[in-house]
This record gives sequence, C-alpha cells and structure tokens, in this order.
Amino acid sequence: MSGRDAILNKVRAAIGTGSDDTARARAVKKRLAKPPVGVIPARGQLPDKERAALFCEMAAKVSATVDRVKKPGDVPKAVAAYLRSKNLPASVRMGADERLEAMPWKSLKSLEVKHGPASADDEVGVSHAIAGVAETGTVVLHSGAANPSTVNFLPEHHIVVVNSKEIAGDLETVFARIRQTFGKGKMPRTVNLITGPSRSGDIEQKLLLGAHGPRALHLIVVDSG
Amino acid sequence: MQITSPAFKENARQALSDAQLQKALGHVRSGFIDKRQYAVDALPEFDALRDSARAIKDHTLAHLDLYLEAYEEKVKKAGGYVHWAETAADARNVILEICRSAGARTVTKGKSMITEEIGLNEFLEKEGVRPVETDLGEYIIQLRGEHPSHIIAPAVHLTKEQVEADFRRAHDHLPVARDLSEPEALLGEARRVLRYQYFQADVGITGANFLVAETGSSIIVTNEGNGDLTQILPRVHVVVASIEKIVPTLEDVSQILRVLARSATGQDMSVYTTVSTGPRRPGDPDGPEEYHVVLLDNGRSSMLGTEFQEMLRCIRCGACMNHCPVYHAVGGHAYGWVYPGPMGAVLTPSLVGVEKAGHLPNASTFCGRCESVCPMRIPLPKMMRHWREREFSRGLNPATQRYGLRAWAMVAKRPKLYRFATSVGIPLLSFFKGRKGSFHYLPLAGGWTRHREMPAPEGRTFMQQWHDRAARKQGART
Repeated sequence: MSGRDAILNKVRAAIGTGSDDTARARAVKKRLAKPPVGVIPARGQLPDKERAALFCEMAAKVSATVDRVKKPGDVPKAVAAYLRSKNLPASVRMGADERLEAMPWKSLKSLEVKHGPASADDEVGVSHAIAGVAETGTVVLHSGAANPSTVNFLPEHHIVVVNSKEIAGDLETVFARIRQTFGKGKMPRTVNLITGPSRSGDIEQKLLLGAHGPRALHLIVVDSG
Repeated sequence: MQITSPAFKENARQALSDAQLQKALGHVRSGFIDKRQYAVDALPEFDALRDSARAIKDHTLAHLDLYLEAYEEKVKKAGGYVHWAETAADARNVILEICRSAGARTVTKGKSMITEEIGLNEFLEKEGVRPVETDLGEYIIQLRGEHPSHIIAPAVHLTKEQVEADFRRAHDHLPVARDLSEPEALLGEARRVLRYQYFQADVGITGANFLVAETGSSIIVTNEGNGDLTQILPRVHVVVASIEKIVPTLEDVSQILRVLARSATGQDMSVYTTVSTGPRRPGDPDGPEEYHVVLLDNGRSSMLGTEFQEMLRCIRCGACMNHCPVYHAVGGHAYGWVYPGPMGAVLTPSLVGVEKAGHLPNASTFCGRCESVCPMRIPLPKMMRHWREREFSRGLNPATQRYGLRAWAMVAKRPKLYRFATSVGIPLLSFFKGRKGSFHYLPLAGGWTRHREMPAPEGRTFMQQWHDRAARKQGART
C-alpha cells in the first residue's frame, strides 16, 4: 500500500466515514466552490477616503515610510527624492510592469533604471503592487516578469507603488480579486503580502529592522490614475 | 533528535539553577505577554475571529481526507509534486531523494518545526548534504549544535553575549577586532554571511503555516524574509508540512491569519505572508523550477477521533508557552523534545508516547492561562488531564504516587471518614505549625517542602464552616 493510501485510510477510519459519504463530499465541494466569508473587522470596511488613510497609518505603524503623490507621472520624482534623502546611488531595479514603464523615468537623466530580476548587489528595488490592504497596511505583489519576486527581497530598500483605488479594506477582498484575475482555484507562482520592512526579534527579543529582506520599505501611494 | 523528556525533572532542576538561562527567560516573561495583549485589545473582533478560526479547523478535520485529496489535485495541476510520508523516516528519505536528484550539496532552510520533528538536519548531514538554517534564531542554534527552545523564537534561551561568542567562533574569517556588542551588529553579520548561502544552495526547504485545498498553495508566515529567499533562489523548493495544516480556502486562511500573528508576536500581521503555488511559470524570471510538497502524518491520524483531536487545530503561535509559568521557569529545552510548553505537553505524548513524555502533562498547575490565550481555543489543561488519566490507567506513574492516590480516593469517597480525618488533621496541623504559620518539613510531602513552605491550615474545616454559615443564615431568617 502506498503512503498516500495508508494515510488516507487511517484518516477515514479515524473520522469514521460511513458507507454513504455523499453528505461530507457535498459539504467540501460547496465550501470550495463558494468560500464563506467569516468575520471582517470593522476597520476593514471603511469608505474609500478613510480606507486609504487607514492604509497609510497602519503602514507607518509597522515602520514603512509612506509618500502620497497625485498621479502616476509623479512617481519617478518621488523615487529620486527618496534616494537622495537616504544618500543612495541613483540606480533602481525593476521588472517590466506596464504601469511602471509608462512613467517618465527618462525625464530624470541621472537615474539608472535596470530591468529584470534582482541580483545580490542591487540596493534599491521598485515594484508596483496589485493591491493594498488597509486593515494592516499590507501591500500585495505577485511573481512574474512585471514584478519579479527577487525585487521584493534582495535589495536593501524596497519601493512599492500602490494605486489608492486598489487599496482594499480587508484581505478577503484582495484574495477575491486575485481569484477573478487568475481564474478560480488558480494562482500565480508567488503572492507576497508584505507588511513593513523585514525584522527579527531573535536576539533577546529586541526588535530590529532589516533582517534578510529589505531594511526599508517605502510606499508611494498614487491618488489618481 | 534524542528525546530527553523522561529526564524532565532533572532537566528542570538544571534549568532553574542556570543563571544565563534564567536571565534570557526574563525576556519571554516581559516581552510576549504585553505585546499580545496590546494587539488583542486593539481588535474588537478578536474573540469572534477565534471562534471563526476554531470552526474552520473543526470543519477541516471532520473532512480531512477529502480536503487532502482536493489539495493534492491542485498541486499537481499547478505542476508540483506531492509526496505522502507516513513516518518521519519516510519523509527524510523522500527529501534526500529530491536533494540527490537535484545534485544538491547545500540546502538552505527556512524556519520549520516539522523538520526538527523529523530530525532532518542530522540526517542530511550524515548523507553528505549540508543544511544551512537561515532564520537568525535557527542559525544561531545550528552553530551551537542545539535545538530550538521555543517554537517561534528558537534562540530565546540565549543572551546576546552567548551569541557573540558563537559568531566569533564560527565566523573566524572576519576581523577579531570587530564590535559585536549590540544585537544590531550580530544581525548584520548573520545577514552578510547567509546572503552568500542562498545563492550557493541547490534546494530550499521550508515548512508551511497553511496548505490551501482550494488552490494547492502552501503559505509561510515570517518576519525576516529568509524563508522567501530560501524558496525563490534555489532551483528546487521543498515544502515539508503535516497533514493538519490543510485549510479549505483563502477566505479561511484570512480568518486564521488575523489571530495568528497577534497571538504570536503581537503584530497585526507578520511582515511576510507568502502564498506559493507550483514551480515558476513560463515567462517568470525567477522562482524555483521544481516544487515538491512532503505531506507528513507521523502520528497525526491517530489523534483524529480521540480526545486529543482538538490539538490538531494548533497553529503553532507559541502563545501558550509565552504565558506558561512552568515554561517561564524552566525554558523549552527541559521538555526534552521538539515542542515545549503546554502545546508540547499535549503533543509530545501523542507523537512519541506517554511512557516517554509522561512528565510533561504533569508539569502543570492547571492555571489555565494557556487555554485562555489560545487563538484556536484548544482546551490544553483538559487534554493534559487526559494524559494523566491514561498514564494512571496504564500504570506508568511511580508506585508511591499510585498508592497515595488510591489512599486518597479511599478516604475521599467516604464522606464520614473524610470529615473525621480532616476534623482531626486540621487542628493537629495548626497545633504543630511554627510561629510563621507554615511548615519547612512535612512527612510524605517532601516534594513540596523541599522547594517552598507549606502553609498551615487556619481554624476549622470547610465543611464545618459551611455548616456554621448555613446555621447563621437559618438563624437570620427566623
């Protein structure tokens, strides 16, 4: 008997599945087809304007820095300003995201934009989130050529652009949106929910920012576009 | 790993007299409790979410076979492989086979208690594959040849001075004069040293906080980012997870996530919650080319349908040990295996046998703090009591204890005898008490009086006082 059959048989015997198992099978099918939504905190159900404000507040609470700009065209300047404020070299790494590519990077002559997945010596990565989650100040990204996953983790500074219209109140809304985009039961290889810069409390429970992932997470919220 | 749970009493004695350990354990007492409380107070729906989370897991366990099948199908559809492992040995062999066929010499590892449970590191090393732990705490204890003393803070038993000494010993290629006096410097050094390892590794091994039946995804919840580098840089990603990690849908995951981080570290959400499904897709510029899931039973299925089934709701947040006075006093290593604290006191006898781990469910005052903070509402004290019952019915506890309990039962079941004994015993004890009102020594109670004083009874027995009270009430009424 294979390990698979052995485990499943033991589980079935323990649960005590009878000869007629249709009720259980129906319950499982139903839940998978139409996932029930559980308890959504009140703070995850705010109207648009307050939602974006809560997102910024929660992100700041987990030590992300937040900048708000009016339109997508303002993003490159905001990125350059961030680099200057942190004394970072004028070079960023990003994927082939259409929305990022449509931004006027070329207007900043001194800024080098490298495309493709990140490598060990990239200091700054720029990504475009597919969503934000207001209740926790989380940004949501997924793998692919547009925003390679390595950009989220290898650089010391991670700049994430998020459209304020795409900030959801709660996590469930974001998952429902991903389901809509990729098809039911299908997922991109990696979905990253990122809440603040990386940290560790492993030495004497002292919380330190900048463990293995980025030391700094900078969010640029685009209010229209 | 070797199980030292049978020596719990000796382990505990040593832990209590270990000054370094006691200093380090102070951080558990002061840190975790306040942070959790603060996060819980800030979310009015917290208790409703606990109920929701419990219901989700109960539903899942009642349909576990069906969700496992649904999950497997989705993993395969996404291009991944599922390997079913009945025992720890089966899991180790499957993982080694994957490493061999990938030609792996180095594997990086994200933090995973399940790989501790199956003793993966020792095994891989013996077979010529070098495992590198990348979580800071796990890295530190790997350098020391130790095991985690806490399920989410593996190096919580150490002070920064001990970590500094380990780094100086292990990183002897770095300048001796460097300053490592602060945790920041230690973290920075670990980051630089490990960065190189991620790129060296051929296989990355992680655990999973959840396996999602709806999508065939595995989810890890972390703060450092090491788990992500472990799974996106090497060519092969192996997930090791036990069968009760299954949840039906992404909505269900969302519910449990809201109680997980708050209970563990007092965060609203951990920094990285990563949902991984299959290998990299056509056109993806990064991510693993192979994705394997090793689904481990190792004793879980024998807990299903028993009085220990509810333990399978556990999401490994560590809140029970963070709030446990016994854990605070002796730390995690005293428990003698992978899982310490109240959850370990229930789980360890289930997985390694009560004959080896019988001391653990006895190391509890049943104060109930563990159950009161458990996000999954697992009745931990009740289950420890079940283990004590099993231990007794199998005759595993010492003869003195058994005869003592028998004698007690004999008296306690006979009300007249009981009342007579207490009405004689109590005045006798209060007659012999010292001026302090307590005893340094009592015959047959050395286990208590060796470590603390036994308070002497005051005045009359409970039953006598009860009768007096009833009589007074009667008098007041008439």
